[in-house]
Amino acid sequence: MSKQLLKGNEAFAEAAIRAGCEGFFGYPITPSTEFLEYMSRRMPELGRAFVQAESEVAAINMVYGAACTGKRVMTASSSPGISLMMEGISYIAGTEVPAVIVNVMRGGPGLGNIAPSQGDYYQMVKGGGHGDYFPIVLAPASVQEAIDYISLAFDLADKYRSIVHVVVDGNMGQMMEPAELPPMRPLPKTAPDWAVSGAKGRPPRALSSIYINPYDEEITNLRLLKRWLEIEKNEVRYAEIEMEDAEYAVIGFGTAGRVASSAVRAARQEGIKVGLFRPITLAPFPKQRLKEIARQVKRILVVEMNSGMMLDDVTAVVQGRVPVEFYGRMGGVTPFPDEILGEIRRVASNAAPVNGNAREEWIQRLETIIGGQA
Amino acid sequence: MQETSIIISGFGGQGTLFAGQVLAYAALENNLEVTWIPSYGPEMRGGTAHCTVIISSEPIGSPLVRRPDVAIVMNLPSLDKYEPLVQSHGVLVANASLINRGLERDDLKHIYIPANEIAEEIGMSRLANMVMVGGMLYLKPILSLKAVQASLERHIPDRHRKTLPMNFEAMERGYAFTQEALVQTAS
Amino acid sequence: MTTSQPATLVYQRPTSFSEATTHYCPGCTHGIAHRLVAEVLDEMGLREKAIGVAPVGCAVFAYNYFNLDFVEAAHGRAPAMATGIKRVLPENTVFTYQGDGDLASIGMAEIMHAAARGENITVIFANNAIYGMTGGQMAPTTLPGMKTTSSPYGRDVELAGYPIRVSEMLATMEGAGYVVRASLHDPAHIRKAKKAIRRAFETQERGLGFAMVELLSSCPTNWKVTPNEALEFIAKQMVPAFPLGDFKVHPEIAKLRV
Repeated sequence: MSKQLLKGNEAFAEAAIRAGCEGFFGYPITPSTEFLEYMSRRMPELGRAFVQAESEVAAINMVYGAACTGKRVMTASSSPGISLMMEGISYIAGTEVPAVIVNVMRGGPGLGNIAPSQGDYYQMVKGGGHGDYFPIVLAPASVQEAIDYISLAFDLADKYRSIVHVVVDGNMGQMMEPAELPPMRPLPKTAPDWAVSGAKGRPPRALSSIYINPYDEEITNLRLLKRWLEIEKNEVRYAEIEMEDAEYAVIGFGTAGRVASSAVRAARQEGIKVGLFRPITLAPFPKQRLKEIARQVKRILVVEMNSGMMLDDVTAVVQGRVPVEFYGRMGGVTPFPDEILGEIRRVASNAAPVNGNAREEWIQRLETIIGGQA
Repeated sequence: MQETSIIISGFGGQGTLFAGQVLAYAALENNLEVTWIPSYGPEMRGGTAHCTVIISSEPIGSPLVRRPDVAIVMNLPSLDKYEPLVQSHGVLVANASLINRGLERDDLKHIYIPANEIAEEIGMSRLANMVMVGGMLYLKPILSLKAVQASLERHIPDRHRKTLPMNFEAMERGYAFTQEALVQTAS
Repeated sequence: MTTSQPATLVYQRPTSFSEATTHYCPGCTHGIAHRLVAEVLDEMGLREKAIGVAPVGCAVFAYNYFNLDFVEAAHGRAPAMATGIKRVLPENTVFTYQGDGDLASIGMAEIMHAAARGENITVIFANNAIYGMTGGQMAPTTLPGMKTTSSPYGRDVELAGYPIRVSEMLATMEGAGYVVRASLHDPAHIRKAKKAIRRAFETQERGLGFAMVELLSSCPTNWKVTPNEALEFIAKQMVPAFPLGDFKVHPEIAKLRV
């Protein structure tokens, strides 16, 4: 199949269908609504389940129920909707059933706005729901990558009986780009051996997240943790541009990483030896590769569309080996490449070590920028 | 080709988003990389609408630019917003039908097209967007007029298919208007 | 060896019941409600395709007491979870078992919309006018003046509002095929309750929409009365507040002899 010009949200939805999604349950919210609208057309055509739920709370619990049958099921929402889903997400994690959740992130906290943001990093990457669990978090940066990673999300969810979050932002949900959709995968004829289907000719199965005896819960926590260590070993993914001889590394994910790639290319034109490191799995975080980069480069610049959430993960891995600096825009503001180019120039020309806290230094620079815009 | 960024801006209902999509389809069908990204949300409902199209022969990083190479402005607020932002020696295509002031900058390759009047002459006022695209293609020939028309033919929604000849005429009139105006200025 | 008359089977554990001993308090009617559901599933031959959805509340461990596939929902979300299951496994029999706090308070949105959508599931709703598992707090169905641990002076309707009559409300839904309130306070009513449960599953098997049986139930522990007094409380206090009856019965089910 050749490339078509595809709209983000619709392409993501079709990718999910082709990956074998048999149930979609959602609630309208900008900027992810086209995902739901597309599913409302396509799923009935294919005889698959679609329900516009009464709330995100209900939607995720429909996902939970359907996931217990072992079929590939999902929801898509945006930040405030994902907050509402957190209860169900924790139950899904505790019951060890697979589910794919797409978050088309927008500005917050609170009602915030509908503009693109990466402010849900902590909520997504660090769990978000209550209790001890570890979701896989994929952060694609183009329509094509999102198509590919939504397919992978279903595979990983099944393989590890895990929640897989796919995080994009409003930019990616709304933009059109040439991309190629994979062929339709055939639906499995049998259900996994843990799924509920009616206890015909076998002992009954009960799927639950309740372990009333703390020792049983601890054993469950340990099982989840060991599975997570397996995931950390096997499933790390990232992309790099111009890193081979880089003396400076820019690190960003999703749209911020993509915008940074423009700045990195422009900086290379100016002769600055800078490369881009773009984590695709935010969880598991690509720690090993980042450690290597920290040994290679003189300085690191983290770029995000939030207040420096991944920055904390980068700092924890780099452990002061090289200075880590930060540049972010918040609240639904997407940085332009020229802003990041300016930061790259500054980082590359400044031989003195940064004094203290990357976030504090950034706030001072940002206040000048915001002051100029207000 | 070098990366070219185009912002098309106007009131909601002026067809700015679709005009951008036509360019995006044409870019794809001529083996170029392209991104199209709209303004979205409440502002779309009756307010301003704009989209950014980036076309390049190389993979595209940022889908957004602060300073576009080309601005197609369909109304006065769009001119006010984008005139200062267009790259120096960039291109500006303005809708003379709805804009009653000249440019403040003198470094831009520009044209004022009475796009609404031309579209009404053709018999369909909603085609002002295609008139503007035609003018842009003369000033910034990143794609041929023929190529853009061929893509429009492939992607025009079925309910509008019968207006295809009028769409073609609108693009051609915008292109010709620009050509003539610039030849006159030069001579 | 002595010969005897062939034995007549008068009682046996339903196949749909597991051998586990329930954790319910003495005098609690959950056990009766469970048994009625199990008997109906047996009689209709549904056990092997049944999937139950347990609530949060006293029946949280319901899945231990039934010999069939079960899932355990978050508090109030059983109808949503059942929706998810039924939509991807439409040939299976899907039912929820919920209490009044679960269904009529935290899960009100989910039950209303499941009914409005005509979700083809069966809901067993045990209404005992109190939160049992957390130790006797005021529920949305607690009677006016009734003392609970969170309405120690008796439910003051000026401050805490009035009890909710769920069956009457759900019967207004176009999507509901069967909505009935029954009671478990004496054998005659238990027999009627079983017929209602049977009809509620028949409604699902015939694809006639949402079905719910509300069962007036006892909670001697948290009502702080003896089991017999509790049954009397149902008859004298709850039945007047929550009238028994068939609030909505699909004509096809009305014709059915069970």
